[in-house]
Amino acid sequence: MSQDAWLTAEVAGPKKASLITKPEIADAMIRRAKRPIFVVGSIAAEIDLEEKKLIDYVIAMARRCNIQVVATGNTNNEFLKRGFTPEAVMPAVDIGNRLTDPKWQGVDGKGPHDLAIFVGLPYQMAWTILSGLKNFAPNLKTISLDNVYQPNARWSFSNISIKSWIMNLEGILGNRGD
Amino acid sequence: MGTKEINISIKEIETEIGNIRDLRFSVGRLAQETWDEPQGPTPFPSMSTLRNWDLTLLKRYKPFYLPFCDLCCLCTFGKCDLTGDKKGACGITMPGQQSRIVLLAACIGAATHTSHARELVTHLIEEFGADTRLDPGGLNIKVEAPITRLVCGMKPETLGDLETVLDYSEQQITSLLACTHTGQEGNPLDLESKVLHTGMIDHLSMEVADIAQVSAYDLPKADPNAPLVDIGFGSVDTTKPVILVIGHNVPPAVEIMDYMQDHELTGDIEVTGICCTGIDMTRYSPKAKIIGPISWQIRYIRSGIPDIIVVDEQCIRTDVLDEARLLKIPVIATSEKNCLGLPDRTGDPPEEIIDDLMSGKTDGALILNPEKVGVVAVRTVMQTATKRKKKKKIGILSLEEAIEEAKRCTQCRECRRACPNDLHISDAMKALSRDDPTMLAEIYDSCVGCIRCESACTQEIPIHSLIVAAGEDTLRNESFKLRAGRGAIQDIEIRQVGGPIVLGEIPGIVAFVGCANYPKGGNELAEMAIEFANRRFIVCTSGCAAMTIGMHRDEDGKSPYEVYSGNFEAGAIVNVGSCVSNAHISGAAVKIASIFARRNLRGNYAEIADYVYNRVGAVGVAWGAMSQKAASIAAGFWRLGIPVIVGPHGTKYRRMLLGRADHDEDWYVDDARTGEKVYVGPVPEHLFISVETKEEAMVMIAKLSMRPNDTSRGRALKLTHYIDLHRRLLGSMPTDIHLFVRMEADIPITMKEDIVSILKEKDWKETVIPDPTLIPKKEAAP
Ligand code: SF4
Ligand code: SF4
Ligand code: SF4
Repeated sequence: MSQDAWLTAEVAGPKKASLITKPEIADAMIRRAKRPIFVVGSIAAEIDLEEKKLIDYVIAMARRCNIQVVATGNTNNEFLKRGFTPEAVMPAVDIGNRLTDPKWQGVDGKGPHDLAIFVGLPYQMAWTILSGLKNFAPNLKTISLDNVYQPNARWSFSNISIKSWIMNLEGILGNRGD
Repeated sequence: MGTKEINISIKEIETEIGNIRDLRFSVGRLAQETWDEPQGPTPFPSMSTLRNWDLTLLKRYKPFYLPFCDLCCLCTFGKCDLTGDKKGACGITMPGQQSRIVLLAACIGAATHTSHARELVTHLIEEFGADTRLDPGGLNIKVEAPITRLVCGMKPETLGDLETVLDYSEQQITSLLACTHTGQEGNPLDLESKVLHTGMIDHLSMEVADIAQVSAYDLPKADPNAPLVDIGFGSVDTTKPVILVIGHNVPPAVEIMDYMQDHELTGDIEVTGICCTGIDMTRYSPKAKIIGPISWQIRYIRSGIPDIIVVDEQCIRTDVLDEARLLKIPVIATSEKNCLGLPDRTGDPPEEIIDDLMSGKTDGALILNPEKVGVVAVRTVMQTATKRKKKKKIGILSLEEAIEEAKRCTQCRECRRACPNDLHISDAMKALSRDDPTMLAEIYDSCVGCIRCESACTQEIPIHSLIVAAGEDTLRNESFKLRAGRGAIQDIEIRQVGGPIVLGEIPGIVAFVGCANYPKGGNELAEMAIEFANRRFIVCTSGCAAMTIGMHRDEDGKSPYEVYSGNFEAGAIVNVGSCVSNAHISGAAVKIASIFARRNLRGNYAEIADYVYNRVGAVGVAWGAMSQKAASIAAGFWRLGIPVIVGPHGTKYRRMLLGRADHDEDWYVDDARTGEKVYVGPVPEHLFISVETKEEAMVMIAKLSMRPNDTSRGRALKLTHYIDLHRRLLGSMPTDIHLFVRMEADIPITMKEDIVSILKEKDWKETVIPDPTLIPKKEAAP
C-alpha cells in the first residue's frame, strides 16, 4: 500500500495522510469523535459499489454512527430521493472555511466539530479543501473515505480497488452492529 | 503616481533643419480642458491609495486558503516547509505565502494583458498614427473608456493618449511584482489588497487594448447586431487552403486577411482561428472562422486540415511546433513573447522565407512584422496546400485503427491518473478494444485536450487521437453560429437598463467568461447561459466562454446566438468579444453608476466601486477558468465588488474570498440618508467561490445577484429565482431565506405561505432598506 496521490502530479507536502489499512482504524476514529461531520460531494451518487451507490453507504453510516451530514454540490437531491435529510446544504468550500474557525458552533450550533469525514467530492477539490484544513484547522481530525489516497487528510485509504473499498465500508458498518 | 505628462508625438515634420520623423516629447500633465467633470480624489492611484476600500471588502470576505503546495522554493533559503504555523526562512507564513502566490499569478495575468495592449497600441500607432481618434461606439458612446476615466481620471481621445495609460499600468505592475520578492510584503491582507490593485490595472489594460483595436480596425462598434459568424470544425471548407491562427493578438491575422483581400484571394482561402485571435478575426471579417476554444488545438492540428499555422501570443500550446512538424505543417511565430526557437527571418525577403518553408528546409520562421506575416502566410499556404493536398487526408484515425491501438492497452491506468478531469480512460480503452467506442466518445465531450494522458501512457498509445476517432461524428458536426464580439455597451442601453438593474427589477447581470478548463464539457456552460437568459437576466460573455456557448444547438438546430438578442437587455446573450473585451463588462457596471446614477467617474474609484457593490447585481462566472489572466480578470471584478464563481478546478487558485452568513455583525452598511448602521443580510454572500456542479453554480448565481439596494419588488423577484432554482436543482427550500427578506413586501407572493412559516421559525425581524454604502460619511467627504 502506497502513499501516492491518485492523480499522479498531486504530490503533497511533508505532512501526509496516514493509511487506513483496515476498517477498524476508521471505525475507532469515528467512535472516538464527539462531534463528527460528513461532507458528502456530488460524485457519491454516481459511484456504483455493486448493487449500491456510495451514497447509500454514507446514509447507512450516518444513521448508525449518528453523524451529521453536509451535502455539497447538488448531492442534497440524491439524499432526499433516498429519504434522508442532510443537516445542511452548502458549498464544499463554505463548510471547509467554517471548519477552520475554532469558534464555529457546527451545523447544529451545538459546538465545534472534532472530526470531518470527506467523501464523493471531485478529487482535486477534496485535495485542496483538505489542505486548507490540514494547515488551518489544527484541532480538527479529517478522514477521506474515497478509494483514492488523499494526502492532505489525517487518514485516508490508499488507492484501492472497488472490491476492497466495499469490504472496508462494510467493515466500518459491520463493526457498529445494528 | 506623480504628475502625468502629455506625450506629443509627431509622425513626420518638415523643418529648416530637415525632415524629422517619429518625434516624441513630453510637456507636463495631460491637459483635459475639454472635460468639465471635476477630478476625483484618486487619479492614477498607487498601490496603497485604495487600501482602505480593499480592507473594507476583505473584512467581509476573508481569505480561505487552500494551499496547493506546502513548500516555498522561490529563493535559495528554501525549500521552506510552511505547513501549519511553520514559517519560512524569510519569516513568511502559510497565509502570506498563499496570498503572495495569488499576487504573482495576478501579476502574470495583468502583465500579459498589458504587454498585449502595449504591442497592439504601438503597432496601431505605427500603422495609423498616434492622433487616430478613439471611437469605440460612434454616436452611441460618449463614455468611451469608463475604466480609464475611473482609474486614471483622464479621458483618452486618441491612440496616443492610451500610451499614457499603459505607462501607468506598466509602472504599477512592476511595483506589484516587486512586492512578491523575498522579505517584501508578508502580511496576507496587504498582499490581497495588492491582488485587487493588480486586477484593477488588468481591466484598465484590457480596456485600452480593446478600444484601440475597435477604433483602428473598425471592429463592431458597440453593435448588438454584429454579424453571425461560423464556429466549429465542421464549418471549414477543407478543399481550400487553410490557415490556422492561434493566440490573442490580432494584427498578424488582420494582415493575412488584408493581403488576401488586396490580392482577391478572400474566397479562395479559409482563415481559421483558435482562442481569442479567432474571436477578434471574426470581428474584423465575418468571413473568418473560429474552430473553438483553446482545447481544440491538438485535435485540429492533428486533423491535418490546417496547411499553415500562425501563432501570436498567450494560451498557445508550447509543443505546437512538435505537433505541426509531424504533419509537415509550417509554423510562423509572430511575437517576441513566443519565438518557439525559430530563426528570426523578419529582415529576410518574403520569397526566401517562402522557399525555405516550402522546401522543408525550415519547420517555421519567426517574423516580427505583421505585414510580412500576411504576405508569407498567404503565399505559402497557396503553394503548400497544393503540395499537401496530394497527400492530405483528414488525419483522424479510422475506428478500425483506433481499435487496434486500444488492443495494446495494458490497463495500467496511468492515463486516468494523469487526466485533470479523472476521466475513465482505461475503462473506455477496454471497451474500445472490444469494438465499443461509446465510452470513449463520451470522453470526447469532457476532454480538455491537454494530452497529459498520452504523456503518461506506458504503451505510447496516442490516446487523444483515439478519443477524437471515437468522437468523430460529434467533431464533424461542430458547425454553429456565433455572434461576433460587439465591443462596448452603448450609453443608451445603460440608460434603459440602469434603473431596473439598480432597483433589482432586472434580476442581474451574469457574465460567463474565461477559459475552457471545464469539469464536464462545455454544454454545461451553454445550459447555464440559456437558463439565465430565460430568467431574463442580462447574460454577457467573452472569449472561450463565448465560443463554448455558441457550440450548442437547440431542437431546431439553432445556436443560442440565433435565438437570443445581442442587446444589453433582459433575456439577452451578449458576446462582447475576446478576453480583453471583458473590460466592457466591468465597464458597463461602472457606466451604470455614471450614466444612470450620474455619479462622477473621474478618478473616483472607491465611491464607484461602493456604488456597484451595493447596487448592481452583477456576477461573474468563470466555469473553466485556468489561466493567470483569469485570476487577474477575477481580481478586477472583486475590487469593483462584483462576485466571481469558478468551477471545481477553481480551488486550485489557492484561496477563496468567502463571507460568513452566520456572522450578523459582518453585514451592516451605513445608511447614507440617516448615517445609521443597518443590517442588510449577506448580500452578496461571497466574493470568490468555487462550486462543484453546474446545479450548485446556478443556485449560487441567483443568490449572489442580490444587493442591499434592491427594492422590495426587485428582491422578491431575485428571491423567486433563488428559491425556484434551489428547489429544482438542489431538491429543497433553502434554509437561509430569512437572511434575505428585509420586510414582508420582499416575499414573493407565490411562495408566501412557505416563507412566512420559515420566518417564524427563524425568529425573523423586519428591517429597512437603506441607501447603502460601506464608506462612512467622514471618509466620503472631500
Ligand atoms: S522566499 Fe521565504 S519561504 Fe520562500 S524559499 Fe525563500 S526564505 Fe523560504
Ligand atoms: S487529453 Fe483529455 S482524456 Fe487526456 S488527460 Fe487531457 S482531458 Fe484527460
Ligand atoms: S496509460 Fe496507456 S496502457 Fe495504461 S491504461 Fe491508459 S491507455 Fe492503457
